[in-house]
Amino acid sequence: MNKKGLFKYKNFSVLSLLFLTACIENAPMDSLSPAGPYARQIDELFWLTFWIAVAVFFIVQGALIFSVFYFRDMPGKPEPKQIHGNNVLEIMWTIIPVLILAAIAVPTVRTIFDLAREPENALKVEVIGHQWWFEYKYPAYGITTANVLVIPEDTPVRLEMWSNDVLHNYWVPKLNGKRYLVPGQKTYLNLQADSAEEFWAQCGEYCGLSHSKMRGRVLSMSQKDFENWVTNEKLNAEKDLAEGSLAAEGQQVYLNAGCTQCHVINGVWDVQGDRIAPNLTHFANRNVFAGAALKNNKENLTKWLANPPEIKPGTFMPNLELTEKEIEALIAYLGTLK
Amino acid sequence: MTKIIEPDKQTNIFRRPSSEYGFWSWITTVDHKKIGIMYGYAAFFFLLIGGLEALVLRIQLAQPDNNFLSAAEYNAMFTMHGTTMVFLAIMPISAAFFNYLLPLQIGARDVAFPRLNALSFWIWVFGGLFLYSTFVFGTAGAPEGGYLAEEVGWLGNAPNGGWFGYQPNAGFKYSPGTAMDYWAIGLQILGISSLVSAFNFIVTILNMRTQGMRLMRMPVFTWMTFAVAFLLAFSLPIIAIALFYVTFDRQFGTTFFLTEGGGDPVLWQHLFWLFGHPEVYILILPAFGIVSEILPTFSRKPLFGYPAIVFAGFGIAFIGFGVWAHHMFASAISPVAQAGFGISTMIIAVPTGVKIFNWLGTIWGGKLNLKTPMLFALGFIGMFVIGGLSGVTHSIVPADTQQTDTYYIVAHFHYVLFGGAMFGIFGGLYYWFPKVWGKMYNETLGQIHFWTMMIGFNLTFGPMHWLGLQGQVRRTWVYAEETNLGFWNLIVSIGAFIIALSILIFMANWIYSKRKGETAPFDPWDARTIEWTIPSPTPVWNFSKAPEVKALDDFWHAKYDEDEEGRAVRRDTADDLLIELEEEGLNPKEEIVLPNPSYFPFILASGLPFLGYAVIYKTIALALIGVTLLLIGSFGWATEPLEEEFKTKEEEE
Repeated sequence: MNKKGLFKYKNFSVLSLLFLTACIENAPMDSLSPAGPYARQIDELFWLTFWIAVAVFFIVQGALIFSVFYFRDMPGKPEPKQIHGNNVLEIMWTIIPVLILAAIAVPTVRTIFDLAREPENALKVEVIGHQWWFEYKYPAYGITTANVLVIPEDTPVRLEMWSNDVLHNYWVPKLNGKRYLVPGQKTYLNLQADSAEEFWAQCGEYCGLSHSKMRGRVLSMSQKDFENWVTNEKLNAEKDLAEGSLAAEGQQVYLNAGCTQCHVINGVWDVQGDRIAPNLTHFANRNVFAGAALKNNKENLTKWLANPPEIKPGTFMPNLELTEKEIEALIAYLGTLK
Repeated sequence: MTKIIEPDKQTNIFRRPSSEYGFWSWITTVDHKKIGIMYGYAAFFFLLIGGLEALVLRIQLAQPDNNFLSAAEYNAMFTMHGTTMVFLAIMPISAAFFNYLLPLQIGARDVAFPRLNALSFWIWVFGGLFLYSTFVFGTAGAPEGGYLAEEVGWLGNAPNGGWFGYQPNAGFKYSPGTAMDYWAIGLQILGISSLVSAFNFIVTILNMRTQGMRLMRMPVFTWMTFAVAFLLAFSLPIIAIALFYVTFDRQFGTTFFLTEGGGDPVLWQHLFWLFGHPEVYILILPAFGIVSEILPTFSRKPLFGYPAIVFAGFGIAFIGFGVWAHHMFASAISPVAQAGFGISTMIIAVPTGVKIFNWLGTIWGGKLNLKTPMLFALGFIGMFVIGGLSGVTHSIVPADTQQTDTYYIVAHFHYVLFGGAMFGIFGGLYYWFPKVWGKMYNETLGQIHFWTMMIGFNLTFGPMHWLGLQGQVRRTWVYAEETNLGFWNLIVSIGAFIIALSILIFMANWIYSKRKGETAPFDPWDARTIEWTIPSPTPVWNFSKAPEVKALDDFWHAKYDEDEEGRAVRRDTADDLLIELEEEGLNPKEEIVLPNPSYFPFILASGLPFLGYAVIYKTIALALIGVTLLLIGSFGWATEPLEEEFKTKEEEE
């Protein structure tokens, strides 16, 4: 916009400027940067409403500010006319908002039903909420994983969700709105990502002590990468490790320190049915752990294994009183779970 | 000289208290003005506590990954902040206005049931104290099977399930300890208080209006009180039932909200918001009423479209019962329900808009006297419009699924309840200050208060809009640095402290003006309604004789006529009228019978916390104490003499 225009539309540009400076760059949870068709549909509807709201905002605040300056009491001002009302005006400012709202209601209702519809040829994933992490199951492939949802790009994904304990709320802002995870009921949400990218997710509904650390990642990848990922995920973990190696020592710690009470590593310690903690078979392939609150690296793992409740208050993983050496061995073992 | 009538102290063993001053006069009072003042101070005390809780939250959130508070403490603080502000601050401050003003606006001596009025106040006090005793006695901890690295301190041993108490998280399995019991039973007690006063106000408005005060001549504040009383009467039973369910789940092993036992956690959401949404209008309608009083007075024009404003208020109250599921658009409800509740939410914007346009019509063409009450009323319109418009964006269901549970919602409802309700309330506090205390507040300090609060408020809640849209989830103890939300959170925290500063300025003004303010004339604002026809401060008997009302804004019409152009012209008789009114107001000619004070509302109310403790600790002794107090209270109440022999002081002399 040239300088003249800037002056001409002073109010408008000041607002846009304010808005632009206000906008946070590179926010990974930005609902205003849609990266898939579902989120984009919502985004369009939001901006439509937003600009109508901005127009109403300027009309009302303009009238308010004008009145304050123009009608304020000044010496010599005569007493005002005693106007009690005006029926034409009353009808107008009832009907006009109704018409505006009706105009917004039409696309709103259409979008509601659009978003709820199950897409054709969708990849089905089950999402199970736990205090405080998300578990993912791919019924078509028999895969169970946690914290990181891996999806193929440009393909609709149908999430079938429920909760194992309290209410949770699944939210990947760049891909779609939120949907609750309810114990004893199934809810559904569609996701679709335009391209290969990493997205942030977070539990929206307050779900107890570590609600703020119930986060997640969604990793979209090319169809080929996704197929490779599936093939790898189906594999069991190596049971027989080179004797005397640190990783083998770590495996012994894993088997003896009580980890198997809650965790599963396919091929090493199989159990029938579900366990309350994340399946660790391909732990090393996930870039985050502990409800995606921590990046998967040696430093964070050391901190976590030393005292989990310190990082995630209320967690069901106790402090196992591991020695430094045991922790080191355990981390080496977890590193082999690719 | 005066003809105040005292009860004979000798006539009955159930002697009614007779102190007019000092501690016991406040404990035993049934005077609506004294009760109103007590409501005001007690609610302001809780407002300060709720504000401190908010400041503590903002310190924690000023930086990403901060550890000023532990998770347990943070969760307890936001739960208590919400609960306090809704049930112990805004509702009772509104009740303070109802109590003090309602009888004055309809020309009554008191409310219909003065002792019941005292009862409702004392139940509220004991409910609030019971709830807050959780900081001393309550316990909270990790869910069954979970671990904590450190002990939960006293700050964390408060209720931590959110003011909305979503099940099953707030149930016994996921919120063990007693803190959430204090919350559930505390709210139950507070609910009784509101129900009692709701019926009292309905009866008062229907039956106690002075001669000529037809319904359509009532001031808008009275109308809004009437609407709120109906909202309370119809919405509180819902939450009462829901809270009984919760208490039964937690105490006696029922499973209303537990899936394992065939219960349904979504049922709680429905029940809570079926109460919770009308509750929003319970919080905002009194401010609508206050603003509708201030704007015409300071514009020197009648309220534009009085009937439209009244009916819009009732329209809002009525539709308010049909929009609750918009709090649950992301929850387990069907697309049909989403569409239906989305549209009903849009519909409620229409009467709200009608009100705003009528207020603008009121100031349009007026002669605006920009005193502090008027500034707050105008600020109210500006801020409430922002909250209303963001509210419309929530009715766009798909957009709301992005917004819900984020700071965008926090921004929205603070614009409505702080920029709306609290700005209206502050305007009202300044507006009626002279009537209550007989002194003028300090105008300079008042204006400074307004501008600091306006700046602090917008700095605090404005940035929350984009913080929410760009990904900050509500009720989170920490947020990651990589979310890039740190800068604006710091700004928000700074804003919160500016609000705190503005509150200190308000308090300084209040304390100073109450002691050393200029003496207030009884009609300092050239006002319109009949509460300004009586001396300031209001005499204990309110009106020396029952006023007769001939029109809407009766007092204004007594002072002003209209010329051919329709402009207001002061009547020649106006000055004489004012002198006459003051003379008459201070010296009642007829005998005045005032309701007698009573000990029993206080005693009856004091039994309820004991019953609450008895349920939590399953102790029969506490239950017996509670029941005994209830029995003494109600029997004493029923048997204390209704009418006593009166004699005037004159006769005594």
